[in-house]
This record gives sequence, C-alpha cells and structure tokens, in this order.
Amino acid sequence: MTDPFLILDLLLAGAVIALAIATLTARDLFAAIVLFIVLGLLSALAWVRLSAPDVALAEAAIGTGVTGALLLKTLHHLRYVAGTLGEQAAHGVTPVTPVPMSVIWANAAFCGLITLGLAIAFLDAPLGGPGFDALVADAMPASGVDHGVTAVLLNFRSYDTLMEVVVLLAAVIAVWQIERGLSEAPAPDLSVIWQGFARLTLPAIVVVGTYLLWKGSEAPGGAFQGGAVLAAVGILLLLSRLYVPHPSHRALARWGFVLGTGVFAGVALLVTGGGRVTFEYPPEHAKTLILLIEGLVTVSIAVTLAALFHGREPVALRAKEAGHDA
Amino acid sequence: MLDLMAASLVVFGAVFFIAGTVGLLRFPDIYCRLHALTKADGLGLALVALGMALKAESFGEVFRIVLIWFFVALASATCGHLIAAYARQADREGKA
Amino acid sequence: MTTFFGIIVVILLVSILTGLIRVHRGPRPADRMMAAQLVGSAAVAILLILSRAMDMPALLDVAVVFALLAAVAVVGFVVLASRKVS
Repeated sequence: MTDPFLILDLLLAGAVIALAIATLTARDLFAAIVLFIVLGLLSALAWVRLSAPDVALAEAAIGTGVTGALLLKTLHHLRYVAGTLGEQAAHGVTPVTPVPMSVIWANAAFCGLITLGLAIAFLDAPLGGPGFDALVADAMPASGVDHGVTAVLLNFRSYDTLMEVVVLLAAVIAVWQIERGLSEAPAPDLSVIWQGFARLTLPAIVVVGTYLLWKGSEAPGGAFQGGAVLAAVGILLLLSRLYVPHPSHRALARWGFVLGTGVFAGVALLVTGGGRVTFEYPPEHAKTLILLIEGLVTVSIAVTLAALFHGREPVALRAKEAGHDA
Repeated sequence: MLDLMAASLVVFGAVFFIAGTVGLLRFPDIYCRLHALTKADGLGLALVALGMALKAESFGEVFRIVLIWFFVALASATCGHLIAAYARQADREGKA
Repeated sequence: MTTFFGIIVVILLVSILTGLIRVHRGPRPADRMMAAQLVGSAAVAILLILSRAMDMPALLDVAVVFALLAAVAVVGFVVLASRKVS
C-alpha cells in the first residue's frame, strides 16, 4: 500500500500551486483575498511537512493574521476611493477601479525577473549537497543560543535579518508619506459576545506572542513570529476602535518603528573592535545581546505591522487638505 | 485500548469535518451553511483534540491541546455570531 | 497508527479542498469567508494529528497561533464590510 504521507505531500503541493493560480485568476477581488488566506494556511502545512516548524510558525502568524487583514483593508480603501463602498458585488465581482494595464505589465515583468533569478540560482545550486547543517552544528557553541535557526538568523547571518527589519521600517515610512489624516470610522457595533471574546483572547494573544519570542532561543519561535502574533492584537484593537490613533501618539509610534533597527545596528557597531568585526558578538555576552535585540525587534515588528494596517499617519489635516483625503 | 479510543474519536472528528464541508456546499442559504460550519468546527475539532490528548506524551502537550480546543471553540462561536449578525444586517438593508 | 493518522489527514485535506468550491461560488462575501474559516479549523485538526504522527511537539505551537489568530480575518471582514468611511 502506498504511504499516505506521500499522497498527502503530493496533494498539498498540488493544492498550493492550484491555489496560487486561482488567487491570481479570480475575477472577484474579495474571493482572491480569501483564496490567498487559504493559500497561507496550506503553505504553513507544507512547511510543516518539510520539517520547518519555524517557517510554519511565521507563515501561520503572518499569513493567517496579518496579511489577510492588510489585504481586506486595502480592498476596503480601494473601494472607498472608487466610490463603490455601498455597492454590493454584482455578478460576483467586487467593484473597484480597474488597475491600469501598464501597472499590471510592470508588476508582471518584475515578478518574471525575480522568478528568473530564482530559477538561475536553483539551477546553479549543487543538487543533494550536504547543506549547512554540519557547519551550523559546529558553530552552535559560539552562538549563545540553543536553537539552530535562531543562531543563524540572529548571529551567523544577522546582517540579512537586519535588512529584513529595515524593509518593514521602509514600508511604514512610505505608507506614512502617502496617506495622512484621521480615520473617522465610528466604533463598530460588535455586541457583548465580541466583548467576551476580546477579554479572553487579546490577553492570550499577548501571552503567546511573548512566549514565542522567549522560546526562540531554544526551540522554533522568535522575533518575527512573536511580533506578527502581537501585531494581531493591534489589528483587533484598531478594528474594534478600542484604540484610536491620535496625532500626539506619533512620536511614540516613531520610536516604536526605529527601536528594533536602531538597537540591532547599534549593537552590531558597538561590538566592533578588539579584533572583532561588525556583528561579531562576544560569545560570553551573545545570549544577552541576542535576547535584547530580539525583544526590541519584536516590539518594532508588532508596532510597524499594526501601523501598516492602520495605513496612514494620524495627523489632523487642515480643512483645505481634508477635502480630497479622508 | 487507548489507541482504539483515540482512533475512533479522531475518525468521528473527521466525519464531522466532512459533514461540515457537505453542509457548506449543499445548504441553500448563508444561515444554514453557518450552522453546518460551526458544528464541524466545534464538534469535529473537539473530538480530534480529545483523541490526540489521549495520545499526548506529556502534561504540557495536553495543556496546549486543551488551549487550542478552547480558543478555536471561542473563535468559531464568535465568528459565527459576527457573520450571522452581519448577514442579517445586510439582508435588512436590502443588499444582494 | 502512523499510517492511520496519515489517512485521516489526507481525508481532512480532501474535505477542505472540496469546501473551497464555496469560495469560488460565493455568492456573498460572507459565504467565501466562511469557507476560509472551515479551512482554518481543519488545518488546526491536521496540525494536532501531524504533531503526533511526525513526533514534533513544536507543531502544537503552530496550532495555538492558528487558533488564536483564526478570528482576525473574520473580524476584519465583518467590521470593514459594515464600515461606510475609509
């Protein structure tokens, strides 16, 4: 009899590809978003089957929580700008202004270039090589942590990880440049059932986010996973209007955005000297430094993702400006 | 014996998930589908979780399985309520 | 036992993939969203089974994250769909 896990893997791989195609070709944008959320769920399962629980955790936190909410918010904003917010889907197509063909082709060209690059890199890579497992295992004692993935991300190739944090920072700076203003949305009427749910779930999400960060030094988990889970709290608070961004909160938010990047880069530069290069943590302090960086990067990721969801700099606009931008 | 109990609980759980899918596809309107869905969520996952808890190897695993079941049940009930309330509101406003 | 778990996981996966027809058909956005919710719960069940079958307790953490964040997309959908301003 065939191994059911082989069938499972084939089914999962086929489903992920089919869902990707379905997401891109869906005529209804709302259906495309739902398909994308499902794609995230199944990719997490695929990562599990590849024995990569770290990536599965990140995909679970970002794919199910943050990305879905971000895309729904984007669709809402597109429909608001297009003036089709009140209209329901006719013929199963959510009405928005069509994207210019030039933008579609430019995007397709960029995606094609990236795919081409990946294909070349894949073909150049040695097949069935030993990988880096042995190298990582040899260097583990000097890393300061007990989990290989965290050692690689926060010590052996921390420059890459710093750049990933910078990408988020750049994204939120761009969003704050593009959109400004205060949201006038009224608090949604979500009834007492929602309140009971929020009272139990929001604290639990905070605990789990912190737990994932803490556990990262010895098991799957870490800053990105913890930060994305914590960002979900921010998204739920923003959606239910339990927290309303105010212009006076901007200074604090800015500190939150740069905290992780700043401390990460600062530590990397401060350990330089005495025969060490940048990013080379002294082994006796490595664990403390990594936990410090991870903790602050978690805060930054959570604040940044929540701010990206809010999607605008909360600043009171003068009447003249407010006319075209609500 | 424990294996058999765990296996039968998991099978029953899977049956409820299949029933949920059938309901989601075959039921005529949104409220009926919601009913099918929340049954599958609630009971299907509860049975699978119970079955897997019997096979757990440490107290920590049992604790996490209970936590998972509790929060899925909570989320599923809340989401069911929110979707139903939203659909009813939309019906009242005469939308498609 | 592992083979048995494998078969159950395949059955659950086939079941949720079939449920995705509802995402395609709609007709209302809420119908599509419900299908995603079913996939989420079934994914949690699959993770519970896989954590035992693959002997990876860390998968329970993935399932905890799924369970806690399952509501975010639905709450986002319901709140945004009934909102009239940006």
